[in-house]
Amino acid sequence: MEHAAAGHGVLFEAFKEVANILATPWLSFSLTTIGLLLMLRFRRYVFNWWIGILAIAIESGVIIWGMKDPNFSLIVGKPDNVPITAMLFISTFVLWLAMTQAVNNDRRVEQKLPPDEKETSNQKTWVWPDLLYIEFIALIICSIVLILWAIYLRAPLEQPANPAATPNPSKAPWYFLGLQEMLVYYDPWYAGVVLPSIIVVGLMAIPYIDTNPKGGGYFTFAERKFSIGIFLFGYLALWVFMIITGTFLRGPGWNFFGPFEYWDPHKIVALNNVNLSDYVWVKWFQWIYQKTHIEWFNQGLPQVRNAIPQLLPPDPTSIRLFLVEVGHAIKREFAGILFLAFYFLALPGILAKTILKKFYEQLDLARYSVLVMLFLTMFTLPLKMVLRWTMTLKYFVDTPWIKF
Amino acid sequence: MLNKLKNTVLDSQIKKSIFRVGIPNTDRKRVLIVLGNVFLHLHPTKVRTSGVKLRYTWCAGGLSFFLFLVLTLTGVLLMFYYRPTVEGAYVDMLDIRSQVPFGIMRELHRWSAHAMVIMVMVHMFRVFMTGSYKPPREFNWAIGVILLVLTFLLSFTGYLLPWDQLAIWAITVGSNMAKATPLMGAGGPFADFLQIGGVPLVHPGDDARFMLIGAKELGGTTLLRFYVLHCVGIPLIAAVLMAVHFWRIRKDGGISGPL
Repeated sequence: MEHAAAGHGVLFEAFKEVANILATPWLSFSLTTIGLLLMLRFRRYVFNWWIGILAIAIESGVIIWGMKDPNFSLIVGKPDNVPITAMLFISTFVLWLAMTQAVNNDRRVEQKLPPDEKETSNQKTWVWPDLLYIEFIALIICSIVLILWAIYLRAPLEQPANPAATPNPSKAPWYFLGLQEMLVYYDPWYAGVVLPSIIVVGLMAIPYIDTNPKGGGYFTFAERKFSIGIFLFGYLALWVFMIITGTFLRGPGWNFFGPFEYWDPHKIVALNNVNLSDYVWVKWFQWIYQKTHIEWFNQGLPQVRNAIPQLLPPDPTSIRLFLVEVGHAIKREFAGILFLAFYFLALPGILAKTILKKFYEQLDLARYSVLVMLFLTMFTLPLKMVLRWTMTLKYFVDTPWIKF
Repeated sequence: MLNKLKNTVLDSQIKKSIFRVGIPNTDRKRVLIVLGNVFLHLHPTKVRTSGVKLRYTWCAGGLSFFLFLVLTLTGVLLMFYYRPTVEGAYVDMLDIRSQVPFGIMRELHRWSAHAMVIMVMVHMFRVFMTGSYKPPREFNWAIGVILLVLTFLLSFTGYLLPWDQLAIWAITVGSNMAKATPLMGAGGPFADFLQIGGVPLVHPGDDARFMLIGAKELGGTTLLRFYVLHCVGIPLIAAVLMAVHFWRIRKDGGISGPL
């Protein structure tokens, strides 16, 4: 890559260096989250024409400038990755479009005016021709875009299928890369099966747990701060962020690579992730032992064997062996079990008295329970991400039968 | 002369049998033309003015439906040239690429598929941001979520059909997830608890992944299975749910607006 780099200035090298650092998952996720919070806090100053144009210009500038780099253009220019670049722009644009109108409506409501949509919501327009010509123009524009896209960019076709030659990295289709990226933090049973199901059910549950009567049928932020805040966090900082990380920043071995970094298949990343039980039994109890010399703290990590109970026909020996191992597992993983019990059983109560107090009072118990469980489930992801980055945590609970 | 021709065409029995209403230059005819056309009558005859505005709906739902139609059309054309077999699929891809006249059907199909996934997500984003899922539209939002999932599944099943490296490895990664299904995947949590006298009930020959790909390893059966689901199964379900979705928009009071 030295040769390619020599052709460009110092400025470009510095830009690449900064971009590579900014893209590091812990930093980019923190910046996305803080950025989202600041953006919502200062929405009145952010959502206007100038900042909107500036945001799109910066995004385009970075991508166009970046294309000079061979590593960057290789991954961004891949035909199947074009939709993700498009999604980056479209997400920015629709966020701007929605929030600009929301800010405008909130300002109107403050001035005791109805939202902008209300001005014409009691009037009626003829479908023929007024709605149909809008639809017609939209169809024509959409068709033109598709035809041009199809003429200028050929659909990818790689080598014939060969089950013996595994590409590195092997990636799922782009819209599932958020789920594949979650495999870094979770086991497949959770990231690939249970969590997607919870996401789908959770999305369907939204209208039944959001009982706020305001904000139906017009753009607003002030009247629905909590629901919109959570939705934007989930949609932008988790879903879109994970897709972009999974597509552009994960190379061979699913290792992290900056956008301007060469995808070196021999990159070695130390696998030093440890479980919570390792922390407890090896690190913390050893420390206590050093201080107190109580022998019990010196036993090291208890062993748990993978015992399978035979339930049909009932085999007492195997069931007893299994229960013994379950006992060992509970002993070894007690810290994680206590933490998860606190997180999913005690926190709902604590939240009901503190930040979710308003919702606890407004909603009935069933609705509140569903809301708080979805809320907490969603936040295990950023929690696990942060713990991975700060203390290389792998599992809260690691048993031979199930790991979380 | 021209005028006479025009009148003959406009007054002909053929024309009148197809288009019952003349040029819609009165309100009565504007109503009748929408009511009398099976496609147009997806719409009511009049809609809320605030709901027609482009900056409110972004045309995202309509364009999602349009892209579905484009995909159906280009998909049917592609079916003429494609055989879902391990021997035929990749060769047919090469032929579609180089031998078929006006050879952008595969491109149109693939890019429309990506566009539809994005458009459906944008539509959901708009519906959320305008609070349009609120009563009485809760059920239609739920239908919409299922349609989003079906859009993903349509795109996912189609991804395998070129039978190239990109296709089989993307589907391998995706379908390996099914192996980890609790109780129902051979590698999933608690699956090995399901056994009778040491004989496992859930194994690679009958688990969730087997159901998805039709074999223990990705192969011809997977291709056929995905092909049938992609071309017939999922589109049928999606079409039925779309009908429900559109019908419910009208029954729930049309495009949402402030009360």
